[in-house]
Amino acid sequence: MLTIKNLHAGIEGKKILKGINLEIKPGEVHAIMGPNGSGKSTLASVLAGRKEYEVSTGSVQFLGKDLLDLSPEERAGEGLFLGFQYPVEIPGLSTTNFIKTALNEVRKYRGQEPLDAVAFLKLMKEKMALMNVDQSLLSRSLNEGFSGGEKKRNEIFQMAMLQPKLAILDETDSGLDIDAIRIVANGVNQLRNKDNAVLAITHYQRLLDYIIPDVIHVLYNGRIVKSGPKELALELEERGYDFIKSEVSVED
Amino acid sequence: MNTQYYQDHFTRLQAATRPGHLHARREEAFRDFSRLGIPTTRNEEWKYTRISGLFNKEWHLPLLQEKTITENDLHAVRLPGYETASELVFVNGFFSFALSNIRSESLTVLPLEEAAANGYSDIVSAHFGHSSGYIKDGIHALNTAFTEGGVFIHLRKTKHEKQPVYIYHLTTAEHEPGFTQPRSLVYLGEQAEMQLVETSMCLGQQDSLNSQVIEIVLEEAAVLEYYKIQHDHDNASQVNTTHIRQIGKSYSHTVTLSLNGNMVRNNLNVVLEASHSEAHLYGLYFPKGKSHIDNHTIVDNRVPHCESNELYKGILDEQGTGVFNGKIFVRQPAQKTNAFQSNKNVLLSDTAAINTKPQLEIFADDVKCSHGCTVGRLSEEGLFYLQSRGIPEKTAQSMLLHGFAEDVLEKIKLEPIRRYADALVAARLEYDIV
Ligand SMILES: Nc1ncnc2c1ncn2[C@@H]1O[C@H](COP(=O)(O)OP(=O)(O)O)[C@@H](O)[C@H]1O
Ligand SMILES: [Mg+2]
Repeated sequence: MLTIKNLHAGIEGKKILKGINLEIKPGEVHAIMGPNGSGKSTLASVLAGRKEYEVSTGSVQFLGKDLLDLSPEERAGEGLFLGFQYPVEIPGLSTTNFIKTALNEVRKYRGQEPLDAVAFLKLMKEKMALMNVDQSLLSRSLNEGFSGGEKKRNEIFQMAMLQPKLAILDETDSGLDIDAIRIVANGVNQLRNKDNAVLAITHYQRLLDYIIPDVIHVLYNGRIVKSGPKELALELEERGYDFIKSEVSVED
Repeated sequence: MNTQYYQDHFTRLQAATRPGHLHARREEAFRDFSRLGIPTTRNEEWKYTRISGLFNKEWHLPLLQEKTITENDLHAVRLPGYETASELVFVNGFFSFALSNIRSESLTVLPLEEAAANGYSDIVSAHFGHSSGYIKDGIHALNTAFTEGGVFIHLRKTKHEKQPVYIYHLTTAEHEPGFTQPRSLVYLGEQAEMQLVETSMCLGQQDSLNSQVIEIVLEEAAVLEYYKIQHDHDNASQVNTTHIRQIGKSYSHTVTLSLNGNMVRNNLNVVLEASHSEAHLYGLYFPKGKSHIDNHTIVDNRVPHCESNELYKGILDEQGTGVFNGKIFVRQPAQKTNAFQSNKNVLLSDTAAINTKPQLEIFADDVKCSHGCTVGRLSEEGLFYLQSRGIPEKTAQSMLLHGFAEDVLEKIKLEPIRRYADALVAARLEYDIV
């Protein structure tokens, strides 16, 4: 589904990603962990098409297409979703209007008819219940004045509405209490099937108790320095990232 | 400028009309005009608005009501919600009783001359021309000099029912460029509540210049909502003064929406003369093409314990230019004043420009005043966020701008006008609100 080969990227001349290789197949859940500043969010942004980041070499294939050749909105149309680490506040735009526009644009991209008001409402009600999202939240300006937890839940709610093929979740669990994490994880798990995949970026092992990953990668200094089964998360939790750092510095 | 033209016209006007109170005021105003002339950019208040060029044009300045329009012409420019509003119609600067519809029992509308001569002479002499103390330029003086066909509007106590009043300033300008100078004095008595909507429209294809002055007086417990909708032709220009005097403890709430026009200058003055009065001033300007839109506002705190809140927002695209100048005066007796002002601008092109200047003059020591202005581009982060959800860049831009404008649009409390304004802005943004 997603094949990243030797991806190098940076911003304003600063090199951040220094040769990422990653292969995600349909049905899989991958987790990326790593200390702050390793380049996790940069990777997510590059995949979603943020144009401030320059890709110097490397390639990304997504469902048979050259992902780097597509605009952010085309990537969404192809089924890519990024749950933002810091969801952006948009004054004066209601969350409902936003989601309705997004959903119908994605449908248009796929050659589908727009959802009519009734169908949209029905879908929304269903996903609201799933994500424990309140109507009052949806009529407010998008993310404006939302608490950290509300913002993150809103991201997953959007994901549930858009039903992407690959969801990249950038620290969606940060700042959430355990109940909120369960809700988020539940939303993600509901979405899972054999045809789609999740790339979860996280600091903490606890999210991975609920969203069980097939593989865990450790990103450090712009490279994936270690990949392993889900038990790797426990090891990282116990020993911290220092042991990774020391292993890597030997190789460097 | 052909000064002789205006001189000849003025002489003819004075000869054609009955001497009276207004006659003398006009005489005085014409002397002011002769002395002041049309402002150049050397005048501090006109630094960024080169208005003098407009006056080089050979305008046709009607002296008396010489043309009228049909009911159909009026119908074409009516604003939504008119069915339940009183409609006051000016044609080429002259009030037309034939086209107007008074739909409120609390409302009295009289020719200004008649009000000055009869029962309202005290009110007229106390308030007519008060704005001249604030707007000291030849354009304003010229309007006063040519006060003819003006109107006096009196609203009595309305038992907490806001009375909508729509004022249309129509310019025919079919065969020659039309210069019109409407004048009105509005008096809101105790507990009178008015929703005043004002718009101007040029019906012909020629250039037009509407130089308009409206003075509004608020008595104790009066409530004024004032909505100015500027959505005229690209070659229609406007210089107008809205002068609000709050002489009793009262409430004013104004929204100025400026969407195009060749050159638009809005003077909005709010004079707070009774303690515990409140004034809200909102504006959205979105010049189109090469439009130039200039908002000069004054909030004059003359007594203690008043509150004012001001927010003006600008979207500047193409070669559009804007000016915002917000003055707040806090006079020495005006302790405990709360005055806030904010001006926010988004620049969308390299050829668009905004000049923004807050001007606070505070002579009292126990006050809370703040001001701030921002000029920025559309947020890249916001755009990316919307695009990452599948929304094309152009639509995402429109949605962000609409959101930006919403802050001001939502301040329009008269529902049909709010929806109308919203639709105008959305249309400009080529955005279908879902
Ligand atoms: N927009 C930016 N401008 C400058 N530096 C950036 C920008 N985004 C990220 N960086 C830098 O790139 C590095 C990786 O950042 P990031 O991808 O956010 O890491 P992570 O998500 O793993 O914490 C950091 O050193 C960060 O300071
Ligand atoms: Mg990050």
